[in-house]
Amino acid sequence: MNTAERLTIVNDDHGSIYDGLIGGDSSQWAFGTDFEDPLAGVDTTVPDGVDHAELAAYCLMLGDDALVLSQRLSEWCSRAPDLEEDIALANIALDLLGQARLLLARAAAADPGVVPALPEGSPVPAEDALAFFRDAGRFRNVRVAEVPNGDFAHVVVRLLLFSVARLALLERLRASKDTVLAAVAGKGVKEFTYHRDWAARWFLTLARGTDESHRRLLSALAALWPLQAELVAPHPVELSLARAGVAVDPAATRDEVDAVLDQVFAASGVARPDHPPLPGGGRTGTHTEDLGSLLADMQMVARAHPSGRW
Amino acid sequence: MSPRDRATAVAREVRDPEMPMLTLADLGVLRGVEVERAADGGEIVVAAITPTYTGCPAMATMRDDLVHRLNDAGFPRVEVRVVLDPPWSSDWISDRGRAALREAGLSAPGPARRISGPVALTLGPARTAPPCPRCGSAATRLTSEFGGTACKALYTCADCLEPFEHVKEI
Repeated sequence: MNTAERLTIVNDDHGSIYDGLIGGDSSQWAFGTDFEDPLAGVDTTVPDGVDHAELAAYCLMLGDDALVLSQRLSEWCSRAPDLEEDIALANIALDLLGQARLLLARAAAADPGVVPALPEGSPVPAEDALAFFRDAGRFRNVRVAEVPNGDFAHVVVRLLLFSVARLALLERLRASKDTVLAAVAGKGVKEFTYHRDWAARWFLTLARGTDESHRRLLSALAALWPLQAELVAPHPVELSLARAGVAVDPAATRDEVDAVLDQVFAASGVARPDHPPLPGGGRTGTHTEDLGSLLADMQMVARAHPSGRW
Repeated sequence: MSPRDRATAVAREVRDPEMPMLTLADLGVLRGVEVERAADGGEIVVAAITPTYTGCPAMATMRDDLVHRLNDAGFPRVEVRVVLDPPWSSDWISDRGRAALREAGLSAPGPARRISGPVALTLGPARTAPPCPRCGSAATRLTSEFGGTACKALYTCADCLEPFEHVKEI
């Protein structure tokens, strides 16, 4: 078989696997292609009495958490201690990216005013405009999602803190009056159950492993714990939408979050840290310097070609 | 056969791009097929699909495959809609689908956990390990809860020493 023949090995639905590189098949996604709307056909009517701008702001908070953490986890690709954990981190990043797409698309549908303006005729869909054309100050993610990666213990602790809080929140968000948020939460609960179990088991393993793994775990916990309080601290938009039956007040999840973390700490023989919270917060756009470099990396191709077709 | 029945029969034959031993119908991803009347009076086939996992990258391929197949079968206008609620469950995989998974060397999922209130943390082994789909041995162990696609976990059989993929219960 010559090269040309090998390149045209086909199955009946997809043709050559290389066709997508030449263009014309929108199922082969790259930035700026006509990718399908993740909410195609989903009813995005905002419930009566709910403020459109607040709903969009809330979707950006949860969506930016997922997007920024997904980007950080993607940086682990090919760098995990073994293949299985590499795949696990990539899987978790993929789940978060899917959640981010739905939430950013939902934000844009609730209030198109949040979507950055692009040159006329730009093919960039709203969710991509939100992901790739906002500056750090307009991101609303918690800082635990954005701080740079450290060692493997660091990503385990980061995912434990994040998934414990997010799972407790999504359990409650399933009852949201906004049917899109309720549906995103319904799927998210199933996914975060795996993320949280993965992180908690690795926490236990590292804590009860060698002196070195124990030391590294405690060091990661000390570094990240000042960012934990932000995960359960309410922003005024969250409180307002919680009263409207749309959002969840993260403070209402504190007891459950504390109980789960204490369960993990107890099983691991690790004392609950008491480092004070780091002042400020990503929900109001006060980020660490590191978000800027993360976004520069993530956004530079899109920003260089705002009207590009791929 | 009505246009709806004919369109449904065509859509039910479309296979999953990542687990091609399964049709989208057997996987439980195809949620319905309707024929609607468009504003200009023409017929439009509306197929509804739901993602297995939120980030499932195969959704666009599934959509395109449905459109291509229905176009080829004489339905020029096709719209594919996403359904997010209720969330997909591995319980929706049909008996025919489970048999096809086993035949392809994959382990089919057991019953999904029913979650309504707070989800309990699982610090120990998640559940009884599934039997090896190749040799039937019960002596298998979990390698990773995350596999080559979002919907699968990795196991290894201690008897025949083969690794295998298990479709996760969600």
